[in-house]
Amino acid sequence: MMNLSSYTKAFALMLSVGLVAGCSTTGENTDDGMGGGSDVQAIDQNGGSTVYGGDSQGGVSATEMTDEEKQAAAEKAKQAALRDVTTFYFDFDTSEIKPEAREVLVAHARYLADHPNQNVRLEGHSDERGTKEYNLALGERRANAVKQFLIVNGASRGQIETVSYGEEKPAVMGSNESAWAQNRRVELIYK
Amino acid sequence: MTDRNRTGNRRLAWSALLVLMTIASAAKAELLIRITEGADSAIPVAVVPFAETGNLPADNNVSRIVRDDLTMSGEFRTLAPEKMLSLPSRREDVYFRDWKILGQRYVLVGELKKNADRVVARYELFDVNRQERILGETASASVNSVRSLAHHISDKVYEAITGVKGAFSTRLAYVTLETVNGKSRYRLQVSDVDGQRASIRLESGEPILSPAWSPDGKKLAYVSFETGKPVIFVHELATGKRTKVADYPGLNSAPAWSPDGRYLLMTLSRDGNAEIYRKDLQTGDLRRVTNHWAIDTEAMYDNTGDGLFFTSDRSGGPQIYRMDSLGAEPRRITFGSRYNARPRPGPDGRYVYYVHQRDGAFHIARTDLKSGQETILTRTGSDESPSLSPNGRMLIYATKQDGKGVLTVISVDGGAAFSLPASEGEVREPAWGPITQ
Repeated sequence: MMNLSSYTKAFALMLSVGLVAGCSTTGENTDDGMGGGSDVQAIDQNGGSTVYGGDSQGGVSATEMTDEEKQAAAEKAKQAALRDVTTFYFDFDTSEIKPEAREVLVAHARYLADHPNQNVRLEGHSDERGTKEYNLALGERRANAVKQFLIVNGASRGQIETVSYGEEKPAVMGSNESAWAQNRRVELIYK
Repeated sequence: MTDRNRTGNRRLAWSALLVLMTIASAAKAELLIRITEGADSAIPVAVVPFAETGNLPADNNVSRIVRDDLTMSGEFRTLAPEKMLSLPSRREDVYFRDWKILGQRYVLVGELKKNADRVVARYELFDVNRQERILGETASASVNSVRSLAHHISDKVYEAITGVKGAFSTRLAYVTLETVNGKSRYRLQVSDVDGQRASIRLESGEPILSPAWSPDGKKLAYVSFETGKPVIFVHELATGKRTKVADYPGLNSAPAWSPDGRYLLMTLSRDGNAEIYRKDLQTGDLRRVTNHWAIDTEAMYDNTGDGLFFTSDRSGGPQIYRMDSLGAEPRRITFGSRYNARPRPGPDGRYVYYVHQRDGAFHIARTDLKSGQETILTRTGSDESPSLSPNGRMLIYATKQDGKGVLTVISVDGGAAFSLPASEGEVREPAWGPITQ
């Protein structure tokens, strides 16, 4: 549930990047201007020059360059948007990373690989059910699962610090399935 | 033959408020006792208000404290003084026939005197059927410790009737949590078993967990997040002196003392994942006790002091395991459901108590280690942190009432229950202290 809003945010960000790119080309390509209904289209439809350096470089090659750059910028924006998601959820008494978290975690791992001086803290949490000490260990296991995933995808061990709070710091108060689902989590915090 | 065998029948009986909020401000008596269930089979005892001579302190209501102690054990039913036909204070004034008419099995009478700066109690306990005195003693305490004197009398009366040592003079440690304007205040507190004479020993904006009494009752080990991660401290209660005993990378948690007070079992993840270790508090030596990819935690010495119980999810979910000696092959103890954790062995070695999940709810249960039979002891649904009284007769645990954390005490035979809600905020992580006299 929580992931949804974060993904929506990421999606909106990607969309806005696409629209910015689209708008900059409308002067030359009026017919297609309204066609940018999705982020994919907005990125793909632009064959002409864009604000991203069209002036500094002339000719065909310039168009190709800007395309690449544009794609890189869009990709960068997409990655940044993915990295807006910093909370990862788990099922009861498990520390398995959910499939929907993978793309986001890969984005964080790449960013860490590209920024060796950047460190993160992973805070593992559980819901309130069960015993406090077991939950402390469970929170750590979740944080370690995320840590391992980041390392496998390019981050280095030294960049990552983990801590478990067990059930002590719920994100949401309440004793119901929705609250529990939001509390079983790892939070990734850039330091 | 002792009367404690008579307890058994459970019945929702009565709901009453024992107003025990006396003692002044500084004591921050944050716990209120509420009897939620009484036992039908409880033994009827009349505690006659003690006669008083001399200039006694205002809060000297010794007989009232004794009455409350006996009631909260779940094993006794006490007679209200207004129902008594007479108020004797010595043997020659006790008319057994009257007490028999009132359905009483035992009568406690006594008197209080002030002697310099001490309060002296002379008291006698009579068996109504046999018309015999079964206990008589003179005891004293300083004028500031009248409650201690009362708890001492409760212990003696309890032992004279049941044959088991009383645990009313022991103390509780627990953690309260109050959240004001989004800021959390965790307070580690120590109080009498009835919640009175509470005092704050540590206050922190970060979680405090797992208080554990040293066997001599002079120190508490606990987990504090005050440095941003879980670290184990040992805290001397008399001086307030604190020592960091485990601050390794990763988890430092679940401290449990050895019966001789020399070692502390603990959960550390310094070698990768949660494992149990034993730290020698004299030499600082660390010995690894478990070695498994699963979570191993919540270790507790068994009553022999050689072996231990712990929680492990090596079978897929948390279950209770036992090692007969440190490092021996663990044997699984619980099989009744998918979630059993935080073992607390009873002092006689017969039972182990733990948190047990059934149908989505968490209860306190126990397993008879001889027969393997499992019994669920609580009917509330978010129960955790069981801790036994040192005589093994009562068990305190943390649960939720109207969404708030409270402590509940039950008789292990299911006789009665009373709760200790914090007057402000929540209370959790109870630890019942040892008998120290």
